[in-house]
Amino acid sequence: MITIDAAGMHYKELNRLIREGIGKGIKKFFLENINGQYYIGDGIKGDDVVININGTPGNDIGAFMDGPTLIVNNNAQDNIGNTMNAGKIIIKGDAGDVVGYGMRGGRIYILGNAGYRVGIHMKGYNEQLPIIIIGGKVGSFFAEYMAGGIIVLLGLDDSDEFDGDYFASGMHGGTIYLRKKIDFSKYSKDVELYEADENDMNFLKKYLIEYADSFNIPSEEISGKPFYKIMPSSARPYAHLYTSA
Amino acid sequence: MLSIKNKFSAERDISGCGLCGIINAKKIKTNGRDIKKSISVEHDRGNGLGGGFAVYGNYPDYAELYAFHIMYDNLSAKADVEDYIRNNFIIEKEEPIPTFRTSKIYDHPYLHRYFIKPKSDRPDKLFHELGDDDFVVNSVMLINQNYDGAYVFSSGKNMGAFKGVGYPEDIADFYKLEEIEGYMWTAHNRFPTNTPGWWGGAHPFTLLDWSIVHNGEISSYGINKRYLEMYKYNLALKTDTEVITYILDLLIRKHKLPVSLALTVLASPFYQKIDKMDGEKRELFTALRQIYGSALLNGPFAIVFGHSNGMVAMNDRIKLRPLVAAAMGDFTYVASEEAAIRAVCPSPDIVWSPKAGEPVIVEFEEKNIHQKGGLLGL
Repeated sequence: MITIDAAGMHYKELNRLIREGIGKGIKKFFLENINGQYYIGDGIKGDDVVININGTPGNDIGAFMDGPTLIVNNNAQDNIGNTMNAGKIIIKGDAGDVVGYGMRGGRIYILGNAGYRVGIHMKGYNEQLPIIIIGGKVGSFFAEYMAGGIIVLLGLDDSDEFDGDYFASGMHGGTIYLRKKIDFSKYSKDVELYEADENDMNFLKKYLIEYADSFNIPSEEISGKPFYKIMPSSARPYAHLYTSA
Repeated sequence: MLSIKNKFSAERDISGCGLCGIINAKKIKTNGRDIKKSISVEHDRGNGLGGGFAVYGNYPDYAELYAFHIMYDNLSAKADVEDYIRNNFIIEKEEPIPTFRTSKIYDHPYLHRYFIKPKSDRPDKLFHELGDDDFVVNSVMLINQNYDGAYVFSSGKNMGAFKGVGYPEDIADFYKLEEIEGYMWTAHNRFPTNTPGWWGGAHPFTLLDWSIVHNGEISSYGINKRYLEMYKYNLALKTDTEVITYILDLLIRKHKLPVSLALTVLASPFYQKIDKMDGEKRELFTALRQIYGSALLNGPFAIVFGHSNGMVAMNDRIKLRPLVAAAMGDFTYVASEEAAIRAVCPSPDIVWSPKAGEPVIVEFEEKNIHQKGGLLGL
């Protein structure tokens, strides 16, 4: 275990200390007084490494990360988990724009809201199944060009509007689960709405429990309602954009 | 030799920058320490080729006079411009802008400021009956266009721009902002990517009381430029941000649009959204798009716009640049990154991400308007 006081520290020095620590076999990191340092946890490996972040981390945390767990106890900024491969990012506040860009594995759990373009270009392949669960609302361009993986949008505060415009536009793979129905007119033409069945809920169960445990929420508070799911109507939505069918 | 005239041929320059703003709605003043601290958190968003600040309320003793900040390449340019100013303005006071040469900022143009008002018997007034503001705008355009080696970078009342080539925290030290007090501050950290940085190209861009700091790229620059030229604006600086300042001057000062409507011209809702609006609102927004189509800004941007009644922060219509806002008591903060706000206000009452194209508008309370818009968070 190691505690790093990052007050006034540049990200280069901070990330050097983390990498050196992991190299020495340290498993638990506590980063204190973080404010705006970029690239925390980028490209690091180690399934049992846990990094606790106190403060507001800068952009691009957990990019290319391959195994470790990042726990952010406050809000986080933009570009969380870009092209992440494995591991877990837990955000106990709100997340900024472009969460999980091109993410290909691992899990991102967000207690609060997330910004624009969540899960853009997210993809999955065989056992690689990236998962994002968002507790609050999201901005526009949600799941844009989504190609694989799972995004769950909970809308736990039960406000009327929890999604933005251009929902799932260009989506051609993966699945979105919603804890409540949204205005169908907003849907992208590329997707279809279904009611989640028993198989879906059984599949989701373990992730929802893990999500609830991450934030100390009773899991029945999350799963006590019917879910909906959104799937792409075609694997190639733009196949005939410029040509006739 | 250092040259402040932009000799570069590029039509516009594209930048990925950092910005922030601090406003106290009750006009309680703070010195430049907080804004410097805030923008320095965004140090890595720039590359040392441009930093700058705008401050409002910093010249209370000369509040009725236009405060011209002018940079000069050489003393002959200074002599020429001062001839023009003496012929057309009453100069209440003039002096070098106080600076402190640091190891970081050592190569700089002559920086001079003038507290002036247009002469009542100036030739232009007799012939054109221009108002003072119009005359000042004409003078700024004239100097920037026709006087080689001179550039007016601030011309408002009881406000000032302080900018140059360097990282913003170094520019803050250079201009000794810790000794300046104001009730509204904006700051910019520049990362020019298409043209080299030069002193005049740093943000903010100002005209009269309007100031703009901008992160992004105005891809509609060409059409905006041609539109503004019809109204006799000279776009001498060859950088995209300039058009925002002049469009707002045109819409708000000349065409008398309320600030909130002027902003919907810059980032107009898409037609598919307008079509869903109710009767009168739909008519209004349709009319604005039809009349001001050439003033619409395309491309990614986040801007902070300062004016004598308050501050506005806004994104483009599909949020291609970051923008975060927070409020604490009478203070409102905006920045490209939340960390920049937390550096000076660790526990704000609320923090939120403004929605795309929906401005955060804060006006001073003496006008009894205090409005916050675009709440996505919380």
